[in-house]
Order: sequence, then structure tokens, then C-alpha cells
Amino acid sequence: MSDQNQAVHDRLARDYSAGFVTEIESETLPPGLDEDVVRAISAKKDEPSWMTEWRLDAFRRWRTMRAPNWAHVRFDPIDFESISYFSAPRNKPKSLDEVDPELLRTYDKLGIPLHEREALAGVERPQIAVDAVFDSVSIATTFKERLRDAGVIFCSIAEAMRDHPELVRKHLGSVVPVTDNFYAALNSAVFSDGSFVYVPKHTRCPMELSTYFRINAENTGQFERTLIIADEGAYVSYLEGCTAPMRDENQLHAAVVELVALEDAEIKYSTVQNWYPGDEQGRGGIYNFVTKRGACLGARSKISWTQVETGSAITWKYPSVVLRGDDSVGEFYSVALTNNAQQADTGTKMLHIGRNTKSTIVSKGISAGRSQNAYRGRVRMNPGARGARNHTRCDSLLIGDRCGAHTFPYIESRNPSAVVEHEATTSKVSDDQLFLCAQRGIDPEKAVSMIVNGFCREVFRELPMEFAVEAGKLLEVSLEGAVG
Amino acid sequence: MLEIENLHARTGGQDILQGVTLTVRRGEVHAVMGPNGSGKSTLANVIAGRPGYEVTEGSVRLDGTDLLALEPEDRAHQGVFLAFQYPVEIPGVSNMEFLKAALDSRRAANGQEELSAVDFMRRARDAAGRLDLNPEFLKRGVNEGFSGGEKKRNEILQMLLLEPALAVLDETDSGLDIDALRVVAAGVNAFASPDNAVVLVTHYQRLLDHIVPDYVHVLVEGSIVRTGDKNLALELESNGYGWLADP
Repeated sequence: MSDQNQAVHDRLARDYSAGFVTEIESETLPPGLDEDVVRAISAKKDEPSWMTEWRLDAFRRWRTMRAPNWAHVRFDPIDFESISYFSAPRNKPKSLDEVDPELLRTYDKLGIPLHEREALAGVERPQIAVDAVFDSVSIATTFKERLRDAGVIFCSIAEAMRDHPELVRKHLGSVVPVTDNFYAALNSAVFSDGSFVYVPKHTRCPMELSTYFRINAENTGQFERTLIIADEGAYVSYLEGCTAPMRDENQLHAAVVELVALEDAEIKYSTVQNWYPGDEQGRGGIYNFVTKRGACLGARSKISWTQVETGSAITWKYPSVVLRGDDSVGEFYSVALTNNAQQADTGTKMLHIGRNTKSTIVSKGISAGRSQNAYRGRVRMNPGARGARNHTRCDSLLIGDRCGAHTFPYIESRNPSAVVEHEATTSKVSDDQLFLCAQRGIDPEKAVSMIVNGFCREVFRELPMEFAVEAGKLLEVSLEGAVG
Repeated sequence: MLEIENLHARTGGQDILQGVTLTVRRGEVHAVMGPNGSGKSTLANVIAGRPGYEVTEGSVRLDGTDLLALEPEDRAHQGVFLAFQYPVEIPGVSNMEFLKAALDSRRAANGQEELSAVDFMRRARDAAGRLDLNPEFLKRGVNEGFSGGEKKRNEILQMLLLEPALAVLDETDSGLDIDALRVVAAGVNAFASPDNAVVLVTHYQRLLDHIVPDYVHVLVEGSIVRTGDKNLALELESNGYGWLADP
């Protein structure tokens, strides 16, 4: 590329503002994984015996499984014996007031309000209830009382197991079975915390719910589990954010998220994933191997995934929807940006079972640096899916000439009345576009971010307002040094 | 204002400009004409600083500032504007957003405050009106799905908003029907003032029926072989360029 772009590249080192470490006393299990470790995690959480057995069963099954190797990513095999499977700040707070000030400062630095008072006072910010997960445990959940008044349960999954065992037992593993895949099985065995949401019948959740995941401890995997249930006619919008310190080693994040939507229910799930992506040479960063799936069980239910994936060394993630109820709707809106040596293999699965089910997929992949970015999607129309429809739009944008963009769509239609449409484009941020901007006085960094934001417009539109602004800024930061 | 001296430049491994000398003062309109491949567009691109063009000799100054030492965006901040021969599309970025970003960065570089959204909209609508463009045009993606004529009018719209000191129009007349040509010419005439200068790069004389130049320069094989007034353009129209090539 031109000297002008090279100059920009030289000037800017990638800035990952969430890369700091919190000094806090933690209790961490020694590395390694066997049945005793699984029992120890279960014991630490005072789980009922059925849960311990459930975990052990998952562990035994996991032992017989192999890591998937079909994704378009490359990395050295993970040594599962070198990972610690549980790490938690030593002093477990009983209420918000007791949270270690060091932890509060951490979330403050990340811009996550853990004080209800502050959040209440902020007139211009919409209220958001937050569940903060630090390494393996949930340290605080805000606005619980207000939500309880509306009948909404929002707590850590550990608490839910204690206080609402019937709901957890009924739905845990119902959408993502234990043996769904290697990482889901591992998660089922060792998951430590995560969020639980239940929205009762005909209830519109009065505020946005969010979970903020933070990996802090070294050599620790994070295995969170999220379960969201929207009962008949309920509505909930849920946001998820993630960051981690900058470290030279790779860290594993293997989460499972299950969504259940009953008749006429709607779940909107948004993610802004900004795990540490590793440095320019590809040292360090998070392996983000995540299984997310929603089940539209009831008629006319709707599940919508929106994701902005800018972080992680490797992303392996396919938020999917099983469209069981007649007239149910599944949506997937995705922006996946890779820079430097990042690799992403992400997309979705839409499984149409019910009649007149409808799904929409909009995927925007942006590759810069030496990164590799793949869209992988499966649309399946079952024999009973009469009148089902899918529309897929899959666009890739390349910045520079050392990166790669790949598209792997799988379409399977077993019902002649079903309609499946697939559109795909690949384009480049061209020198001509950059020169047009420069000639009008817009510097190259700003120009690239403007061009990329324009490319992602359709997806950002789906994000809650506040998140959309944040996502735009995040893209800008993630793209620093991409021109060159 | 613009002083080009003995400018030599190459692109794609070929020497294109072979000693161009040209002086443009404020309040003047210059036309640079010449056959295909004579170096007209190269001259326009070198002034604006397009990557891929290498200056091997000579200088380009704007009010004494060495333009060749500046990045393209800094040249723009100094008041250089290039209307492109082939404007590119930027999908998803609205014309309005693009124009605001351009104007804001220009103003910031010159120590001026950002325009308020209301002020900006008023100016943008006004400029669009002068070019017979529907205000809805401002909401569309930059050049996205524009017709050839719309693209060219969009270039002039940007010029009117940015109010450059020096506007270089590269083949702005190509691909325009007669009505569009009139609208574009009216825009340029409205823009031209004692405070700025316009350089029209064109192959044909027809644009000069609508925008009357003070000087006409003929570029052949990378150097200016003749300079005259508007009558020179008419002569070229009837006799072609051939008679100038071999003196």
C-alpha cells in the first residue's frame, strides 16, 4: 500500500483499553481436570446432588469426544490439563454494598455501572440491570428488587439452581444437549457461573438486562452458562459484553447460552464481544469457543441474535435458532471484525421445523491485517416446514491484501414449498475510496472507520441504541493500524 | 496562488508530465485541454496528491506552501479540491455523513468550530437545491447507485459545501447530457469568485460554452505547448490537436 497508509500504520499501535489486570486475592483450583475437579466445582457452589451427577455425566461423555477440526482456524492443540477450571475472588459479597472496592473500580474502569444509585441518577442513560461475572463467579447483580416486582428473575445461575431448581432442571441442556459438541460437553462438566433469566407470562421485562463477563486470573478458563426463558407472551432484551487483560498466553472461554421462547414470546440477545485479541504478532488472546442456541418452542415466538465480534484470538461461534413453533421467527445479525492475526469462524444455523417459520441472516465480515474471517451457516428446512422462508445476506469486506474472507453456506431444503435465498458479496476498502476521503480532508483512520461503519449499518441498526454507539467506537479502536 | 514549475511526474512506470509550468491567480478560470494520454488527469491527480504518482522534478506551490510535501488530506485542508473523473461509491455511508465529516475535518484543521447539525443541513440543502438535486439525495449512500450525471453533480455539491481555494475539475463534463451540463456549469459559475480559482481539465470544448475560461492551455505529451484565451479552444474544436503536435 501507499506511503501515506504506511505512515498511519506506523503511528498507531493497537490500543486495547480493557487490557489491565485487577490485583485481587483469588481462590483458584490447581490446573488439571478429572472427576474430583468436577466434584470440587459442584461442591464450591453447594449444588444439589442431581447437578453434581449431571456434571459428572457430561465429563465422562466429554472424555470420549474429540475437538472439532472443521473450522477454518489454526491453533496448537489445547492442553486441557494446564488450565485451571475455577477461580473466584476470595471474599464472596452478600450484597452490592459488600463488593470488594477493587472489583467495583474494575467495572468502573470498564464503564459498567454496578451501583444502582448511579445508574438511577443518570438521566440520559437508559437503565440497565447488570450481572457481573468475574472469572468463575457472579459478583453482583443489580436492580434485582425492581425486577422481582415485575416478576422477572435475574440472577446468577448458581443462585437459580438453589432458588428455582425446577426451572433450571427443566431447561438446562434442553436446547444445547450435553453431547452437542466437544466444548459444550466440557462446559456442561465444569461451568462455574453465568446468568439466569426468567420472564413470566405476558410480561415485558421493564429494563434491558445485561451480563458483563470479565476474565482476570491467569491460566484460567472461563466456562459460563446462560439460560434465558421467556414464558408465553413475554419479552426480554439481553446484552452481553466481554473483556480480558492482555496476556501472552492464550486463554479458553467456552460458554454455553440457551434461550427458550414459549408461545408469542420474544428474546432479543445482543453481544458485543471484545475479548483480548492477542498482540500484532498473534501472541496471546482468548480462544472464544462458544455454543449459543435458542429454541422457538411456541407458535409465533421470536429469537433474534445480534453480535458484534471484534475481540478474541480465535472465534468459533454459531448462535442458532431452532424454529419449532409454527410462524416462529429467527434472526441473526452479525458483524465480525478480525485484524492482525485474529481468526474467526462464525455464523449461524437456522433449523426450520414448524410451518411458516421465517429466518433472516445478515452477516458482515471485515478482515484486516493478516486475519482470516469465515462465515459458516446452515439453513435447514425440515419436511414439515411448509411455507418456511429464509433470506441470507452475507457480505465480506477486505482491508489490505494479506487477509482472507471465506463463506461456507450450507442449505438443505426438504420441503418443496420452502423458500431459501442466499446473497453474498465480497468487496475491498479500495485505495480509490481512501483517496476520495483524503481528498475531502478526512484522514485515513477516520475514513476506514467510516467506510466500515457504513458497511455494518444494517446490523448496528438492530442493536439497542446505547450499544450501537459503543459498537461503532469499538470498531474504530479495533481497526487502528488496519490501514497499511 | 497556484504555481507549478517545471513539473515532471510518472505513473505506472511511464513518464507522463515532462516539465509543466503554470501559474493560476485568484479570480481566474483556467482550462487545460489536450488529446487523450497527454497528461491532463495526471496533472490533476499530482496536484491533489493521489498515491501512485511520482514527482521526479519540479514544484507545486499553493500560496507559497509546498503542496508536494503534504499528505492529500492536508492539501485538502489548504484548500485544494479535486472533482473526480470517476467518483467511487462508499456504500452505507450517507452523503450527509460524508459531507459533514469532510467539512468538520476541514474546519478543525483550520481552527474553526464544527458546524451545528442545523447549520450544516441548511447549507447542504441549499447547495443541493442549486444543483437541482432532491434533498433526499443527501440521505443516500455516497455515489451508491447514482447515475453518471448524479455522480458528477455530487462532486460539484461537495465543492460548493467545502468552498475550496482551488478547484480542479477532472473531466467533469464527460458523461453529462446537455441539461446536466448546464446545471453543473451554473454551479461552477456560481462558485467562481475573486477569492478562488478554477482549473477545468477537459477533452472537449463544449463545457467552455458554459464556463468561460480566462486562459486555455494545451497539453501535449506532458508539456504545455500553447496558451491562449477562449478562442484557442474554438480553434481546437475545429482543427483538432494535430496541428499543435508538430510545430
